[in-house]
Amino acid sequence: MNTSSPSRLSGSYWPHMKANLFWLVLGPLVIAAGGVLEIWQTNFMANIVNTIEGSSQGVSYDEVMSEIWQNGGAMCLITLGAILAGIVGVLLLTVGSMRFGASLRLSLFRAVQTFSFANIDKFSTASLVTRLTNDVTNVQNTFVQTLRMGTFTSAMLIGALINALVISPTLAALTLFSVPVIGIIIAVIVKKGFPLFEKMQKAIDGLNARVQETTQNIRVIKSFVREEHEKKRFATAAEHLCEIAIKASGLMVTVMPCMQLVMNLTTVAALWIGGGLVQTGELEIGNLMAYNTYIMHILMSMMMMSMTIIMYSRARASSRRLKEVLCEESTIRDPAQPVTEPVTRGTVEFKNVSFRYNESSPDKVLDNISFKANAGEVIAVVGATGSAKTTLVSLIPRLYDVSEGEILVDGVDVRRYALKTLRDGIGMVPQKNVLFSGTIRDNIRWGDPDATDDEVAQAARDAQAEDFILSFPDGYDTRIDRGGVNVSGGQKQRLCIARAMVKKPPILILDDSTSAVDSDTESRIRESFRAHLAGTTVFLIAQRVSSVRNADRILVLESGRLVGEGTHDELMETNDIYREIVHSQQKGVSD
Amino acid sequence: MAGPMMRGRGPGPGGPGARGGFQKPKNTKRTLLRLLTYLKTVLPLLCMVLVFILLTTGTQIAAGWMLSPVFDCIGRGAMSELLLWILALVGIYLVGVCCTFVQARVMIRISQTMVLRMRRELYDHLMTLPVRFFDRRSHGDIMSRFSNDMDAVSESLNNASVQIISSVISLIGVVISMLLLSWELTLLTMVLVPVMLLVSSVMMKHSRKYFGEQQKALGELNGFIEETIEGQRVVKIFCHEEQAMEDFERINDNFRKKATLAQSIGGAMMPLMQHINNFSYVIVSVVGGILAFTNPAFTFGNIASFLNFSKQFGQPITHIAHQMTALQSALAGAERVFNILDEASEPADNEQAARLVRDNGTYYWEYRGETRPVLGDVRLYDVTFGYVPEKTVLKNVSLYAKPGQKIAFVGSTGAGKTTITNLLTRFYEIDEGRITIDGIDIKDIALKDLRLAQAMVLQDTHLFAGTVMENIRYGRLEATDDECIDAAKLASAHSFIMRLPHGYDTMLEDDGGNLSQGQRQLLNIARAAVADPAILILDEATSSVDTRTELHIEHGMDRLMNGRTTFVIAHRLSTVRNSNAIMVIEQGEILERGDHDDLLSQKGRYYKLYTGQFELD
Repeated sequence: MNTSSPSRLSGSYWPHMKANLFWLVLGPLVIAAGGVLEIWQTNFMANIVNTIEGSSQGVSYDEVMSEIWQNGGAMCLITLGAILAGIVGVLLLTVGSMRFGASLRLSLFRAVQTFSFANIDKFSTASLVTRLTNDVTNVQNTFVQTLRMGTFTSAMLIGALINALVISPTLAALTLFSVPVIGIIIAVIVKKGFPLFEKMQKAIDGLNARVQETTQNIRVIKSFVREEHEKKRFATAAEHLCEIAIKASGLMVTVMPCMQLVMNLTTVAALWIGGGLVQTGELEIGNLMAYNTYIMHILMSMMMMSMTIIMYSRARASSRRLKEVLCEESTIRDPAQPVTEPVTRGTVEFKNVSFRYNESSPDKVLDNISFKANAGEVIAVVGATGSAKTTLVSLIPRLYDVSEGEILVDGVDVRRYALKTLRDGIGMVPQKNVLFSGTIRDNIRWGDPDATDDEVAQAARDAQAEDFILSFPDGYDTRIDRGGVNVSGGQKQRLCIARAMVKKPPILILDDSTSAVDSDTESRIRESFRAHLAGTTVFLIAQRVSSVRNADRILVLESGRLVGEGTHDELMETNDIYREIVHSQQKGVSD
Repeated sequence: MAGPMMRGRGPGPGGPGARGGFQKPKNTKRTLLRLLTYLKTVLPLLCMVLVFILLTTGTQIAAGWMLSPVFDCIGRGAMSELLLWILALVGIYLVGVCCTFVQARVMIRISQTMVLRMRRELYDHLMTLPVRFFDRRSHGDIMSRFSNDMDAVSESLNNASVQIISSVISLIGVVISMLLLSWELTLLTMVLVPVMLLVSSVMMKHSRKYFGEQQKALGELNGFIEETIEGQRVVKIFCHEEQAMEDFERINDNFRKKATLAQSIGGAMMPLMQHINNFSYVIVSVVGGILAFTNPAFTFGNIASFLNFSKQFGQPITHIAHQMTALQSALAGAERVFNILDEASEPADNEQAARLVRDNGTYYWEYRGETRPVLGDVRLYDVTFGYVPEKTVLKNVSLYAKPGQKIAFVGSTGAGKTTITNLLTRFYEIDEGRITIDGIDIKDIALKDLRLAQAMVLQDTHLFAGTVMENIRYGRLEATDDECIDAAKLASAHSFIMRLPHGYDTMLEDDGGNLSQGQRQLLNIARAAVADPAILILDEATSSVDTRTELHIEHGMDRLMNGRTTFVIAHRLSTVRNSNAIMVIEQGEILERGDHDDLLSQKGRYYKLYTGQFELD
């Protein structure tokens, strides 16, 4: 069950790469070919020099000239080839990596779609959004760069090393000293640099958190005149970041000159030893020149590699955050043999239900709740803030799973239903209303994609929303802005009710969903419920006693326990807590 | 030989795609000059860096020159002379490396401390800005100025400026060296420069257009992700996952296509430029070979040097082109930072402004040489105000609150209730009229002291990262633990705090995300209680506390309000019933005023509200 083991973390990009393997292999291969071509070019330069050197030993003028032109022509062709390879390779790789990125995004999005409420709680919405936007972009960019630079430089490195070896094994042996040294330097970056960069990222996050807190709390800060206090806190965070940044970049700039020195010394040693070899005739002078170019290439590739590693280290945090999402398994899934018989009657029964948000926490949010709601009943749930009213109703559509006990819908345990079947049978208007960008009609149709315009209009009428909808110039085609900011709170609530009503579900859950609607309108909404949802079982959470007093049954919750059950009149007689709630709202009217 | 390759950091990670397309500063020259003023204080260090850049570049060019005698010596077989040259080369390389090292270290220190200074200056300035500023800007926008924009500035200072300077120097050095070696070869090499410039400008133009489209598609994609994930719970409740996936696939695919196009062009540029430069290598090899063959004065050593220079020649050009874009985006970032620094601060206090002093737990005003106790007598005379000039929110509002009175505001959303309290703390300046506290015009009270005399509890509860105790103490930093606990008891927060894992030492993260809204409100009340102000403003302070709990905390609230002038804004009429005066506000005007019984007997709007015939939304 526990899926966050590192072994699974490592392999999860593979499927996305595999699907685009053609592009992702061919692209780098072509790019690498370009690198090889570039190395090869140097050989012809050496040929030219050697030919001229040989001319003193009696080769004819024409022969030398034609040799030079031939080699020059070859170099031109090779350069053209290298340009072509470079461009084609980049194009292939770009196509491949964009496909990779799109596929990665898609799978992340799909993963989030399968998440249960508990999964979402764990990550928090804001963090999920960052992961799917910034982090993916970060990983994708790094992926492209790593592949492009990585293949090109390794091709150059290998090509240059082989060529150097061919020219003179003695000279090439020199690199046996310098390459390991550079290897050690790269290892130091990895060992020391990675933690530093990670620390730096944390310091940046810390700084961002301070700024965010400040901008959010600016009124509080100003009203308590805490500007100086906040300045000090910010200065601490900023100085901390500065310190780490200097350390991290300091390491990098120490590494670079060190590499430079190693390679330069190699060059000098090659010149000295190579010079000797030229004297003894073991090496041609043109080849020594070529050798120098190779060393330059080797050096450049090593440097690019260390850059790639740094880049990779920066994306590592993002990558880890993505993999956390990819490897997160939904806590609520369909059973092996799901019941797909639709919910029709709408009976709901709680049997000794207890619930904890966290398995390890000792506090029960709901404690041993049992009750039964018959088809067509209106059940109201009342209780203080934090008495777990919302939690109670969230268990019915299996937004969370019970910790103990069971919940039966139409006599079947909710955990045995296919999730879609269960949720299709339940309409819910959550406390935190969300409308989506699109027209009003689109939004209502969320409840039932196949609803006709008439059905949409009927639902809007039932939710007492039609009047204000028609008052907009575009009526049902009025566009809702993102987050529904262009409608008032009460209008938003009524649209959300319409959205649930168009579904015509056997079970309807209204979680404090008319708090911003005036009581007159609310009572008319209740009227239409009675008229059009006669057979529907309704769960109603409300603050206002006036909203619940006509319910068939009222459940009184207190700290997660069911402390009262009955009609308004019954509870007024028997239940102290209910009386207190009613009293707190009515105090004064009777004065 | 490989000198200049080393310092070139190559193309930076991410490329323009990562940071949001091409950013261009609006006023390049002014921004640049202003950025340079920050460097003034580190001028000696900068001069030092410049000297070291010169030295580094000089050693590279010198090393290039040395190759010529080295190869000539090898050609002639003069080994003892070769040894001398080799040793000289080692010396030059060592000097070069040391210079690079020192220059890079110093530059990092310069850029980081400069960014630290800019960050702090920006933050300090942010603290002086009026609330109005924060109304207009999103949190994300302000945050990105602190991180992204500052990063761009520091990175470009670190890399771009150094690279551009050294590239220019080395370009000049290389061209002169090449001319000295062979003007014919130099001219031939130069032929490629216009080609490179042409190719790059054509490609830049196209890629800019496609990058724009890519950014637009990315915006759409991210917008969709944000909206869907924020509404994920509703998506689940309505089994809308399939539909969401379908929409996502479409938008995702659109982005992929646009991005592929943009990135292809951007990506093809690098190899193209690099390889075009390789042609010059070909030219030098061929023509240099012919020259060496036909002209005895032109040695192999010259070819070696020239080849080295021609490799070095293309590099600074590519670097400059590359760093120019980085520099531009840095300047754009700096400009965005300066924009905030240019925002006007809250008005300065006038010299004779009243000051608040606390003596023995009592507050006094010090005003024009006299000292008088803070009573909390608040008066508004014909106050008119609008957040924007064309829309008046309050019209000629006059009211008074005698010391210790409780005044309630009732009315619909947007009627102007919160606005009145915002004016008392001078979060906004009134357009017309006058507001006095204890007879002193609030414009004649030092801003900080005006606010210290009042405490606000807002509907949007905000807590700070820190312990519960620290959050309560925020009201008055010198408050003792006991005073904080007393305040918590007064706000009925004590009992739930004691049930938290570490009591008063429990850390609150993420704006107190682990507390319920009602609990957070209680903490906010405790914070205001510890401030012990003369004037208390409760703006929907108990809206998330249910009516029954509210009844329980009523006693504590009464004690809190006792002896303080209190302004209460509440949706729930039970909260405001026992006020000395209730103002029913609609559309910026006071419609009805009086105490509960008066208003009921008026049978006006308040009566309708109270009897449930009318509801506020």
